[in-house]
Amino acid sequence: MGLFDFLRGSPKQTASIAKERLRIIVAQERSARGSPDYLPLLRRELLEVIRKYVNVDQEAVDIQVKRDGDHEVLDLTVTLPDKSSAAAAAAAAAREG
Amino acid sequence: MTEFIVVTSGKGGVGKTTSSASVAVGLAKRGKKVAVIDFDVGLRNLDLIMGCERRVVYDFVNVIHQECTLKQALIKDKRYDNLHVLAASQTRDKEALTKDGVERVLNELKDEGFDYVVCDSPAGIEKGAFLAMYFADRAIVVVNPEVSSVRDSDRILGLLSSKTRRAETGAEPIVQHLLLTRYNPTRVAAGDMMSIDDVKEILGIEVLGVIPESEGVLAASNAGVPVILDETSNAGHAYDDAVARLLGDVRPMRFLEAPKKGILSRLFGS
Repeated sequence: MGLFDFLRGSPKQTASIAKERLRIIVAQERSARGSPDYLPLLRRELLEVIRKYVNVDQEAVDIQVKRDGDHEVLDLTVTLPDKSSAAAAAAAAAREG
Repeated sequence: MTEFIVVTSGKGGVGKTTSSASVAVGLAKRGKKVAVIDFDVGLRNLDLIMGCERRVVYDFVNVIHQECTLKQALIKDKRYDNLHVLAASQTRDKEALTKDGVERVLNELKDEGFDYVVCDSPAGIEKGAFLAMYFADRAIVVVNPEVSSVRDSDRILGLLSSKTRRAETGAEPIVQHLLLTRYNPTRVAAGDMMSIDDVKEILGIEVLGVIPESEGVLAASNAGVPVILDETSNAGHAYDDAVARLLGDVRPMRFLEAPKKGILSRLFGS
C-alpha cells in the first residue's frame, strides 16, 4: 500500500467476507441438491394449510429429504410461535407426519 | 486408451477457451495425439484462440449431421502435427448437438487413436454444456477467485457427479480438478481477493493449477497463439505446470506471491 493509499484510508478487506458468504450459500445449495423438484411446492402448500389454523411466518416450515440407511425420510419441521398451547399440539401433529 | 477431458465452469468469461487451447497444446507438446473440440455452437471462438479461424471449412455440427467426414472437419494445427481442432458451427444453435451424434464423433476419435480429446464447454448449464461434460473421464473446472464464479463452479461439480455418463452408469466417478485463473497475488496479499486455499476449502477439490492474471493472455489471444507457448509469460509457465500435473508430475505452485516492490513504488503505490 502506498503513501497516498494510506492517506486516503485503505478499503475494507473483502476476501474474508466473500469466503464466509460463499461457505454458507454453497452448503445450503449442496443440501438442496438431489432432493425432489416438488419440495418447494409442497412446502408452500403445507404453509398455506398450517396458516389456516396457526399464524406462523414464512420461514416456519422446513422440509428436508434425509437418507436413513436404504430409505429416504421426509423430515418436516414446523416452528410455531411461542406461548399458544394449541400451537404446541399442532407442532406435535406436524412432526408425526 | 482415449481420455475425454471437459473444460467447464458454469460462468462465462472465466477462461475456458484460453485454458482448453493451452491444455491441448501442452499435451500435444508432450507428444500426445490430441483433438480439441469447441462445443459452443453459435458462438465459436476456439478457432480464434488457436489461430486457425481462416482454415475452418467444416465444423462439429457438419460431422454430427454426416454432411462431411470427421477427417475433413479436423483442422491440423500448424505448430504440432499431432494436434487437431474441431470448430463449432457458427450458423446453427446448440440444439443442433445431439447426444447420439456427440457420442458417435467421440467414438470415432477413439478409433482414430487419439490420446486426449479436450472438450471446450460453453458457459451455462444448457445443452451444449451438458453434452460437453456428459462423456467426460476428467473435468477441469475453471474458476476465478470471485463469488459468482465459485458458486457456479460448485453447481457444475454437482452436475458432473450426477448428470454424466459415469454418474448414470455407476462407473468410476469423473476425476475433477480446479484451475484457478486470473489470480492476482497482490490483491490476495491485500485481503481483497480470495486465496487458492479459500477456494479449495469452499469447493473441496484439488487445484490443478493457478494461472496468474497476466497481460500475456490478451496478447496471446490477439495473436492466435495459445498462451502456453509464450515463454515470457507467467501465465504460460503456469499452464505448462498444470499440464505436467495432469500427466502425473508433482510440481510446486508458482506465482502465488506478490512481486516485491521497490522503495519508490512502496511509497507512491503502483
